[in-house]
Amino acid sequence: MTDDIEVVHYPGAKRPDRRETLDAAGVAISKVEWGDPSAPPLLFAHGGFDFAETLNVFAPLLVAQGWRVVSWDHRGHGHSAWADLYSWEADLRDAATVLESIGPAPLPMLGHSKGGALTLQLAEAFPHRFTHLVNLDGLPSRRSMPDIAEHERTRMLAQELGAWLDHRRRVSDKQRRPGTIDELATRRGRMNTRLDHDWLRYLVTVGGRHDGDGWRWRIDPTLRMGGFGPWRPEWSMLRLPGLSMPFLAVLGLELEVMGWGTRPNDVLPYLPPGAHFEQLEGIGHFMHIEQPQLIADMVIDFVGAPE
Amino acid sequence: MSGTDSEPTAWVRHGRSDLALQCLREGEGRALLLLHGLGERAPTVAPDWVAPWPGPVWGLDFTGHGRSTLPRGGGYTAEMLLGDADAALEHLGEATVVGRGLGGYVGLLLAGARAARVHGVIICDGPGIAGGGIQPGSPFVVFPRFGHGETPDPFAMVELARDVRPPDYALNYVRFAFESAPVPDPVVVAAVVRPEWLSAVAVEPGVIECERSEALASFID
Repeated sequence: MTDDIEVVHYPGAKRPDRRETLDAAGVAISKVEWGDPSAPPLLFAHGGFDFAETLNVFAPLLVAQGWRVVSWDHRGHGHSAWADLYSWEADLRDAATVLESIGPAPLPMLGHSKGGALTLQLAEAFPHRFTHLVNLDGLPSRRSMPDIAEHERTRMLAQELGAWLDHRRRVSDKQRRPGTIDELATRRGRMNTRLDHDWLRYLVTVGGRHDGDGWRWRIDPTLRMGGFGPWRPEWSMLRLPGLSMPFLAVLGLELEVMGWGTRPNDVLPYLPPGAHFEQLEGIGHFMHIEQPQLIADMVIDFVGAPE
Repeated sequence: MSGTDSEPTAWVRHGRSDLALQCLREGEGRALLLLHGLGERAPTVAPDWVAPWPGPVWGLDFTGHGRSTLPRGGGYTAEMLLGDADAALEHLGEATVVGRGLGGYVGLLLAGARAARVHGVIICDGPGIAGGGIQPGSPFVVFPRFGHGETPDPFAMVELARDVRPPDYALNYVRFAFESAPVPDPVVVAAVVRPEWLSAVAVEPGVIECERSEALASFID
């Protein structure tokens, strides 16, 4: 690898103004902020295999409206520590640690994808801590596979199981594959199909680490997409009707490999009274990156300007 | 693997955990793998009830239990413990599995996930047999403060007591075991306590209900 450590710029992108490390029951969680430290906070939870600095364009747009945007890298992601174990409960506890660090006043919370599902559970656990909830393409539903018989689904699960256990057997000394900035951007582009290459190149330099043999994403190599378990996507949907704070759900209708394939009819029966629901034609799963100004305007219309 | 060639403790690795796999008794033939309950640890000597078993007898300490790694910051799931049990199985090659409580549930997962190499699982009473019910309850966030930096890990005690176990999920593993197990009746329920997941397993056609000693005898070649 001959790639120099280079700084890549992207129009409108601004790195966080502050970064600090929190102790989440023994795991170092990296918390970041954009904006005036005395401005009212707005909390954002990123999605799986992302990191807080994927907000480097979106967050400054909310800051421009007077908010202080607070986010964090999930355990095993970005600048947070690689943990010994990973689970939904652990992510929830880490999120509660970040929430607690901000102070007791209620605040708006946004979440994208996995972060959106996390916010639903946080909001049910701590309804007194949130003034508004915004969910960006983070509403899972039962995947529809009408052309696959149940027997075949069982077989698929069996294959997933074996593959996961094989992965676990190999994972102890696993390292992420190094590459040039362009190579890492191209790899990520296979999962972020609607995001432009220049943005992905920029992400490498803020979400990657430059070692002697090249760049590597700051994502724990023991983590693996997909998997299996007892969790049912509809369990997240069942958290919606009881939400007590104003709620905005936004779905991108362009299907993507990283998206959850949720359609409006999956969501509508579960929306709480008075909920706002937006479905965006021609926009994909990473809506706040693909159309940052549109989504920022939507959020500001919903949560308003800070008092 | 024959127990006669083994060290008393084999250390196996899963993820970032070093796991104590204790040889409790040597023997010739297929291994018997004991999986402990929630908050327990593997016995240090072979229990009396394994006396009829001709092969070696091994006990595994799950992550956060016994002499195995005490991880930082929790994050336990039954599926992660399945990976622990699979690491033990990789060391042993093949085994019959007896699990207490949580270990019985994990043993069932292993019997389904590695069906060709698990010669039967016996699910017994023990701590953690119920898990967290069949679907999530009201969410809450716990920062356990008890414990003294030793196993059993308080995070394991809290998180694995809330681990959700839908009956249809457990039944998938029963069916996988039926499809590929090298023995005709690979799943035995010896537990008296029957949380919903285990009630569903016990009434599945082909699952045997009997006492532990009878079940153990049925798996002797």
